[in-house]
Amino acid sequence: MSSVPLQAYLIVALILFCIGLFGALTKRNTIIVLICIELMLNAVNLNLVAFSKFGASANITGQVFSLFTITIAAAEVAVGMAILIAFYRNKRTVNIDEMNTLKE
Amino acid sequence: MIDYAWLVPVIPFLSFFILILFRTKMQKTSGLVATIFSGLTLIYAIVIFGQLIKRQTYLAEWQWLTIGTVDISFGVLLNPLNGLMLLLVAFVSFLIHLYSIGYMDGDKRTSVFFAYLGLFTAAMLGLVMSPNLLQFYMFWELVGLGSFLLIGFYFYKNSAKKAAKKAFIMTRIGDMGLLIGLILLFWQTNSFRFADISEVILAGQMESGMITLIAILILIGAIGKSGQFPLHTWLPDAMEGPTPVSALIHAATMVAAGIYLIAVMYPLYMASNVALAIVASVGAFTALYAATIGLVQDDIKQVLAYSTISQLGYMLLAMGVLGYTAGIFHLFTHAFFKALLFLAAGAVIHAVHTQNIKQMGGLSKKMKVTSVTFLIGALAISGFPLLSGFFSKEEILAAVWANGQYGLFVIAILAAFLTSLYMFRLFFLVFEGESKKTIDKIQPTPITMKIPMIVLAFFAIFSGYLNTSWFETYLADWLASGATFLSTHHHETPLWLFFVTILLSVGGIVLAYFIYGKKRINQEDWKSSFPGVHTLLKNKYYIDEFYQLTFVKATNAIGTFFTYVEKYIIQLCMTFVKDVVQSLSKTGTKTQTGQTQTYGAVAFLGLVLIVAFYVLKGGY
Repeated sequence: MSSVPLQAYLIVALILFCIGLFGALTKRNTIIVLICIELMLNAVNLNLVAFSKFGASANITGQVFSLFTITIAAAEVAVGMAILIAFYRNKRTVNIDEMNTLKE
Repeated sequence: MIDYAWLVPVIPFLSFFILILFRTKMQKTSGLVATIFSGLTLIYAIVIFGQLIKRQTYLAEWQWLTIGTVDISFGVLLNPLNGLMLLLVAFVSFLIHLYSIGYMDGDKRTSVFFAYLGLFTAAMLGLVMSPNLLQFYMFWELVGLGSFLLIGFYFYKNSAKKAAKKAFIMTRIGDMGLLIGLILLFWQTNSFRFADISEVILAGQMESGMITLIAILILIGAIGKSGQFPLHTWLPDAMEGPTPVSALIHAATMVAAGIYLIAVMYPLYMASNVALAIVASVGAFTALYAATIGLVQDDIKQVLAYSTISQLGYMLLAMGVLGYTAGIFHLFTHAFFKALLFLAAGAVIHAVHTQNIKQMGGLSKKMKVTSVTFLIGALAISGFPLLSGFFSKEEILAAVWANGQYGLFVIAILAAFLTSLYMFRLFFLVFEGESKKTIDKIQPTPITMKIPMIVLAFFAIFSGYLNTSWFETYLADWLASGATFLSTHHHETPLWLFFVTILLSVGGIVLAYFIYGKKRINQEDWKSSFPGVHTLLKNKYYIDEFYQLTFVKATNAIGTFFTYVEKYIIQLCMTFVKDVVQSLSKTGTKTQTGQTQTYGAVAFLGLVLIVAFYVLKGGY
């Protein structure tokens, strides 16, 4: 069980984060962008949990903190989706590159 | 009471303030209110004058500014000359207020008219009470403003608008001279106070060249205000204003301010023979010049305007030949009979609704009071024996003769003769002869217009007796007591001068009678025998046209030139600066795409750069 070292967790989290970042910066569909942001958040959560087990001062705080992050992320997605639906009703599109009306 | 003398200008100013504030509500009552206010002013001025007789002078000053070591004060100065002017202005102003009630009846902006009258009266009273040149100059400009507003009272008429503008600009040219003179004087004497200035001059602490220069500059101011040649062209045009205004401002008071200025600065003029000679020549020339124009004008107010210019020239002439008291005396009597003439002319205009004397005639039967008072005014201005103008004019001629200026004496005599000729031309054409068909109905003259005319007629007859060598020269003694710088030599008036004066005035009247009354002498013969002269006079020597061609055109040309400079040089620089800024900001806006993902990518790149920097540097 403890044969998986800390580096493995961190590398997985890094890969997840990079995928999320790439998706968030390149995808046109806003839903995909939101999912990618979730992906980045989960990479962070993974880091938190890993450090709570293998950190210099290992304790339970990291795990509790990640639980909070998951909860907040759920709420954030709910709000994000609500905004997106409202936007869709107005513009009939969910493309993120058309969300530039504030510029004018 | 005299300690509150500063209240005198405040009362009419209060009237101005109230009327302008409640101008829509007080449309009906404004005339009455303003007249009461000016009546109060008159009563107060009389009280102050009564106290002044005993104490000769009164001076109160309040410190206003301190610049370096110089204190500039604001104050009230009363001396014989100021007191006389104060009384004169308050008196004429009151009568004009009373007259205006009838004259302005039915006008839509009566309250504004009376408000302006109040403003003007306040400024004029402040002017004559100024103890220093700076305060004098301020009120001088305020008086100009009042004149401007009242000339342009019928601003919906294009001619009135133009006349007001012209009056303002022409007098401003003169004021420029006064302002420069004032600054030079301050530079030389380090004080604006009249008393200090005359002290410095009397002590001979100033170079004579500088004195002459300053005297001429101040004379330019007086020329502008008093409508003397060559800045006279605004005064005839100023007749566009309502007739009471012409009587008050452009005959009796404001235009006399120029003469008053010379009188106040008299020590300066006495110190320079050149300046005195210029004053006398300008005055004499203007007296004759304006009188000749007055001979041929057809507008009743124009004739009176040129007559005013001519009489003011007379006063200036008196000032220039050391006839200080004679000049002020003529100013005093002239204020009465000229105001009277204007008021009578106003009554005529009010009745027949035209100003062209060719369309009038035979009015004496229909307008008894007006014709009699006008006759008295005309006799007085012509210098008819025993009326006020006779004494003052004779005094001036005596002063010119005593000064040995025989050339000017001849001019003065000619002008006096022409004066009675054109005044009675006016009288015979307007009031005598058969009435013209063009005038069908005559509007009756209200009592409020008749009273001022009767009062003024009284003064036009008797004000001369204040200063005659027959009884006692009260006025001259009174004035001389306040002007200690005058050498008090009483020149004897040669007896033949009386006869000359009488001959001149009666001669002019008789000639006018034969030409215009009896038509014994055909005027057409005169016109045809000197065709050029008549057109020249009719067109007022083409002075207006000359100014139009030279100064106005030149100013316009300069203006056009600078318009192009503005358009093509300054505008170009502006466009260049604008374009630089605009292109810079355009480049800036390109980075603001509104794409969230671009922003995110840039932010991430920045983070990477920072981290890379730290990694390479190895920490903070």
